[in-house]
Amino acid sequence: MTPFTYARAASVPDAVQQAAAPGTKFLGGGTNLVDLMRETVERPSALIDVSRLRAGIRGLDDGGLLIAAAARNTAIAEHRGVRERYPVLARAILAGASAQIRNMATLGGNLLQRTRCTYFFDDAGSRCNKRTPGQGCDAIDGLNRNHAILGASPACVATHPSDMAVALAALDAVVHLSGPGGDRTVSLDDLHRLPGERPDIETVLAPGELVTGVALPALPLYAHSTYRKVRDRSSYAFALVSVAAALEVKDGVVRDVRIALGGVAHKPWRAWKAEAALRGGPATEDAFRAAARAELADAKPLAHNAFKIELATRTIVAVLAELHGARA
Amino acid sequence: MHFTVNGRPVEVACDIRTSLLDLLRDHLGLSGTKKGCNQGACGACTVLADGERINACLALAVQYEGREITTIEGLGTATALHPLQRAFVEHDGFQCGYCTPGQICSAVGMLRELDRGVPSHVTPILTEERVALTHDELRERMSGNLCRCGAYNGIVDAIDEYHAEGAR
Repeated sequence: MTPFTYARAASVPDAVQQAAAPGTKFLGGGTNLVDLMRETVERPSALIDVSRLRAGIRGLDDGGLLIAAAARNTAIAEHRGVRERYPVLARAILAGASAQIRNMATLGGNLLQRTRCTYFFDDAGSRCNKRTPGQGCDAIDGLNRNHAILGASPACVATHPSDMAVALAALDAVVHLSGPGGDRTVSLDDLHRLPGERPDIETVLAPGELVTGVALPALPLYAHSTYRKVRDRSSYAFALVSVAAALEVKDGVVRDVRIALGGVAHKPWRAWKAEAALRGGPATEDAFRAAARAELADAKPLAHNAFKIELATRTIVAVLAELHGARA
Repeated sequence: MHFTVNGRPVEVACDIRTSLLDLLRDHLGLSGTKKGCNQGACGACTVLADGERINACLALAVQYEGREITTIEGLGTATALHPLQRAFVEHDGFQCGYCTPGQICSAVGMLRELDRGVPSHVTPILTEERVALTHDELRERMSGNLCRCGAYNGIVDAIDEYHAEGAR
């Protein structure tokens, strides 16, 4: 690791103030950042530890939940309200990492974790536009089985690794931010960027801006939701493809639906096209398949990951069929 | 930096970059906690922080200042084995033994999570208050601890027996 200074934030305003200096990074649970610092992919000059700031989960006046940014993954997944009213979120968290890491990792850190593209990690030997802007990308013509099929660019084909964020995208979650310019909110779907020509800029956060929490809206639909993750081994592996979905069917007609995909893009991929295709139509496997195909029509596979198109299609169909069957 | 390690207060002066794992092994001489991958993939470095299992390799020591850390040395000794250590011996829960301290600390933390009703990836009904420790549950909950010798059957049997005895 390159040398850095360390300070523990006493409050959100204190954290924001301390983060004003260039080269400063916020430290959550450290499960990704410490690893990247050890590989010298990340070289912050100062760390502001925000892991001891607010970590609670509380009910909102509208019936939703507000999860503070320092909440640990385990605490969110075991929270009774999350398990009862937002099962897709509990399921997504429990499908990610290991129990040890879930005990350390924070909500804020989870959202801002970096890609697990091996070329991004290989500081010594590979080109990466995300790590070193303008350097080139060794993944595009390299081993790219794990890489993106949607929304990628000639500069970057990396995927966002989070499971939790995929569930939050499906739940219309709202991210609370605090920064030098004050407080604001952005939808989870708008938090992460597509790579374009600047894959090093991963979110819409301004410099020094801190994630302080995530609000989940209250909607009965979310209680009928689940998460399915397809991976190379049955536990403790990143997703090849994952699907977060919520479904409400009445009299055989899709009244409302939410779908988000993981493992396919630079950000949690909200499947707006599939949702639009399904809403108001029949809740049949043929309709589920047609909607999934509509979402993946723009997919652009690389040399080793064309299988993800069919895998994502089938996983969407399977998850919607499961949600529909469970209600019947 | 100040910590409580295995019930004793300790004061350590070290580089801010020191991981909790290196602090335990190199500064406090507690070499029971093992360094496997040093990147959070193998679980050999698992210790308990305020009773919760974590990977000491991914933790900057300074982040755990003031916290209570328990390592394998705090669970049992050569002359007074922790019952889970005894179960690992009886069930051949190891061959080379390198992953064993992490397995045992992890299992202790895992059983506390189970007592709290924390669900897992394979828990069929998320809202259930009590989760039974089936072999599927046990294996899923211990998936953060790898064993290159492949002593998994013995590890599962040892934890299973220890849990069953505790429940009786």
